[in-house]
Amino acid sequence: MTIKTDAVGKEWPGTTYQVGREKIKEYANALGIDNPVHFDVEAARAAGFRDVVAPPMFAVVYSGPALGPVLFDPEVEMNFAAMVHGGQEFQWGEPVCSGDEITTGSKCLSIEERDGKGFYVFETVSVNQDGAEVVRGTWTNIVRGV
Amino acid sequence: MAELNVGDQVPGLNVTPDKYLPHRYAGASGDFNPIHIDREFATMVGLPSNILHGLYSMGLVARANAALAGGDPRALKRLSVQFRGMGMPEQEIAVSGTVKSVDGGRVVVDTVATQGETAIIKNAEAEIEL
Repeated sequence: MTIKTDAVGKEWPGTTYQVGREKIKEYANALGIDNPVHFDVEAARAAGFRDVVAPPMFAVVYSGPALGPVLFDPEVEMNFAAMVHGGQEFQWGEPVCSGDEITTGSKCLSIEERDGKGFYVFETVSVNQDGAEVVRGTWTNIVRGV
Repeated sequence: MAELNVGDQVPGLNVTPDKYLPHRYAGASGDFNPIHIDREFATMVGLPSNILHGLYSMGLVARANAALAGGDPRALKRLSVQFRGMGMPEQEIAVSGTVKSVDGGRVVVDTVATQGETAIIKNAEAEIEL
């Protein structure tokens, strides 16, 4: 079976996420991160942040939801039952703090078939309320038996 | 922190996620895929048990690398990983890294996360500004 590649180059409109202190705290606690800049606004300000700052991998919280409509897009036509998350890259820019409003747009970079597997690569670009890029994510999903 | 040179081992991180960690991570991240939080569902689809979220394990890799800069969240500039074996709750995860290159204040660390003999994250490359 030949893999469907119609979606390569397609872009999806941005989704917006409002960053809050309690969510940052919840994420840091789950990961066992104890730096006070993630919990205490005074500590964060003393370290030069506007407000409580998110750990870098909090990127999954605000950028992940942008991929929902992408993965369910009929043009992508991905078989979820056979899908695994194969690889992930993030490149960070401006720090993300409580109070920020982050908008994430998505794009399909490539769909390729190798060794009977489908490799679906998507990019998300997240910017804050000032238009500064906060993170660029590259998400690789692998579908077995395409 | 002492100067890092190519080939140096960096301080590792050992964490044993408890039975309920996947539930807490699901809440924190918003990823409620039942393979992570429902043991019955996971075994029904052929997994040995409910499995850890790959992005949780990546979060530990990020935490270990940020620790090289005293936990400063601005230090980690890039992290790229490949997910391999499945991570299990209630088993120790060991994150370890080796300095791959040093360019001024930019250090690239090759990192791996293992559970026993299983590599759950391979070829992780972290770029840190020190």
